[in-house]
Amino acid sequence: MAEQDRREDVTQSGQSTSEAGASRVGLEVVEAKGSHDVEVDHAAAEAATPAIAGRTPWELAKIRLRRDKPTLLMLSVVVVATVMAVVAPILDHFKILKPNAINTALIDGNTGGLPRGAWGGTSWAHPLGLVPGTGSDVLSRLVLGVTFSLTISFLATLISITLGVVMGIIAGFHGKKTDFWISRLVDMILSFPQTLMLLALSGTFVALIGSIIHDPNQGNPSKATYIILVLGFFGWPYIARIIRGQVLSLREREFVEATKSLGAGKLRIYFKELLPNLWAPILVYFTLIMPTNISAEAALSYLGVGIAPPTPTLGNVLTDSVQYAQGDFSYFLYSALFIAILVLSFNLLGDGLRDALDPKGDR
Amino acid sequence: MTTTTDHVTTTAPSTSGASGDREVILRVGGLVKHFPRRTKGILPRADDPVKAVDGIDFVLHRGETLGIVGESGCGKSTAGRTVLQLIKPTAGTIEYLGKDVTGVHGRQWRRLRTEMQMVFQDPYGSLNPRQTIGSIVGAPFAIQGIKPPGGVKAEVQSLLERVGLNPEHYNRYPHEFSGGQRQRIGVARALALRPSVIVCDEPVSALDVSIQAQVVNLLEDIQNEFNLSYVFIAHDLSVVRHISDRVAVMYLGKFMETADRDELYANPLHPYTQALLSAVPLPDPRKEGKRRRILLTGDLPSPINPPSGCVFHTRCPKFREELSDADKQRCIGEVPQQREVAPMHQVACHFPGPATVDVVKLESVEDMFARAAAEGAVNAEDVGVPAASVHPDPTAAPEPQT
Repeated sequence: MAEQDRREDVTQSGQSTSEAGASRVGLEVVEAKGSHDVEVDHAAAEAATPAIAGRTPWELAKIRLRRDKPTLLMLSVVVVATVMAVVAPILDHFKILKPNAINTALIDGNTGGLPRGAWGGTSWAHPLGLVPGTGSDVLSRLVLGVTFSLTISFLATLISITLGVVMGIIAGFHGKKTDFWISRLVDMILSFPQTLMLLALSGTFVALIGSIIHDPNQGNPSKATYIILVLGFFGWPYIARIIRGQVLSLREREFVEATKSLGAGKLRIYFKELLPNLWAPILVYFTLIMPTNISAEAALSYLGVGIAPPTPTLGNVLTDSVQYAQGDFSYFLYSALFIAILVLSFNLLGDGLRDALDPKGDR
Repeated sequence: MTTTTDHVTTTAPSTSGASGDREVILRVGGLVKHFPRRTKGILPRADDPVKAVDGIDFVLHRGETLGIVGESGCGKSTAGRTVLQLIKPTAGTIEYLGKDVTGVHGRQWRRLRTEMQMVFQDPYGSLNPRQTIGSIVGAPFAIQGIKPPGGVKAEVQSLLERVGLNPEHYNRYPHEFSGGQRQRIGVARALALRPSVIVCDEPVSALDVSIQAQVVNLLEDIQNEFNLSYVFIAHDLSVVRHISDRVAVMYLGKFMETADRDELYANPLHPYTQALLSAVPLPDPRKEGKRRRILLTGDLPSPINPPSGCVFHTRCPKFREELSDADKQRCIGEVPQQREVAPMHQVACHFPGPATVDVVKLESVEDMFARAAAEGAVNAEDVGVPAASVHPDPTAAPEPQT
């Protein structure tokens, strides 16, 4: 009970109606109703006392995020897309999605293969219409395309983040020569014309990867690996710069010295002391690099380096639809909107997270 | 520039006095730390170094507390860190239990960490905000690969209890605690490996006076319990008086005067010590109005380019007002060595002597501190419970998506 005596600013309006779920989140005051659901050991002492809450930075961010409705909407789009990406291969396996089924009956041979019916053959069976020429279901292709596109961009982002975080921590923590050389490497990579490199080297490197992963035809697995590696490799400098800046200030904090004075090695300082303080920028940059990579994959498909049909990705579906932009505009519209919404959601989610995780974000 | 290397060699103070019969745990001789600087420009070359610590000597006995006081920027903290070898010394020797440990590295250095620990100044910066108290206090065991009997968790909880915290707060984060509680956590961490020497780097200067008293008392209690030796760095003369057995006064990287606590406060012989003591504010405004302060003119000289001879002569009131020109030449030209003017009382001054103005005897200050300590016991701010223990409601989690 000493806790209650000691606590400052206790508002003496505590009511003991302890309804879980009835708590109101105010600016600074949180009613403790139902808090015993989590804090079992302290429940007795504070069951009905509204008080100043001690909050971790994550909790503050969660509260700010909850107030930010647009970001929540974007978050739900991203979650839907992610679920879609996970479920699509299963649906494909059970033939619920038919991305490659050929429906000649629904194609009008007289117009050069355009689907019959308005809006590119939109119907209940094919909500986003049909692909001209083959009559495949556009929705199936897009949904399965999300799987491939997200997988590629996710893996590329993962490589970027990992490389960037490790290089950033090393550069920021060591300073001096290490920092100098890593920073110059970052400058160099940033100044490379990435897209041109990707195009120019694709033949050689895809062949190389094909021989390494035993893919003699240099088919989609080789191409996907190539795209992932290149996007991943060219993406890390951005993160490295951010992380380096953060580490520069973190390393001067006394807790780093305290850990050193206990005899800790570098790895422990990097990953146990510094990394937990870096999750906020990492998370934000993750959601900002994902959409860049999604659209990069689409652009590469358009330029002919990407995954080749019949395997659908968002990129090659869009590329395919561009040829029909005049004859079958809705095919192009649906594909473009699909990518646009996905990229926009990731971007806005990233912005929202950045605001929410910013300690000065409360205006 | 002329006098950087000829360090005090008249060390090895006679081991008489109160602590003479005790085991010498730490012997520091001629300790120097210069931070190299480089000129700016296209072709950087070595510039004059920052002489943060410029030849200090002391002996620390088991169970003893050595207080180091001095102005900001005089090298106190660097001295503490160099003694622990968190910073590599430029020169000098550090003996731990009679064994020279200067410049040990690798496994031996890690081993030494279990013997010498540190309590840091900033209770907010010295605890990782993303780690629980349990993992912060348990870190020494994880890092040193030590498995205490009964398990790490039990050991950490008993440590928390020992420093006056609730062991159930094992899973809480530092931001849930007040400054005094955090400093207790820092003490628990330093204590975890049962070291023999703890360097306290201004452990209470960031705290309220009443909380200061509690933390200082905690430090004294665990000192008695575990027979610890402290190097207690501070700029607060009354705190140092409260906890120290011996006190060293530091100025521009050098010890000006070292003496037993009571001797130093009752009979300061170095003009700098006298000036410091005269600057301690008195709680009684009438006394405060009557007494004369020794004013030090000018700023602390740069440790890059310290004055020649006695580093203090540029600000020394005695130099300014009392000395003849011939004597002044001596101050400017010759570095004063530590001389033993009384048993266990060393002064680095060519012309030591009692102050001409009435230096405050600090008893009244001590009273204030004791009173604060007594009040602090009633003040419930720091009784070992997190400042905020209510968490946001679980039902206030984000609405499920999709």
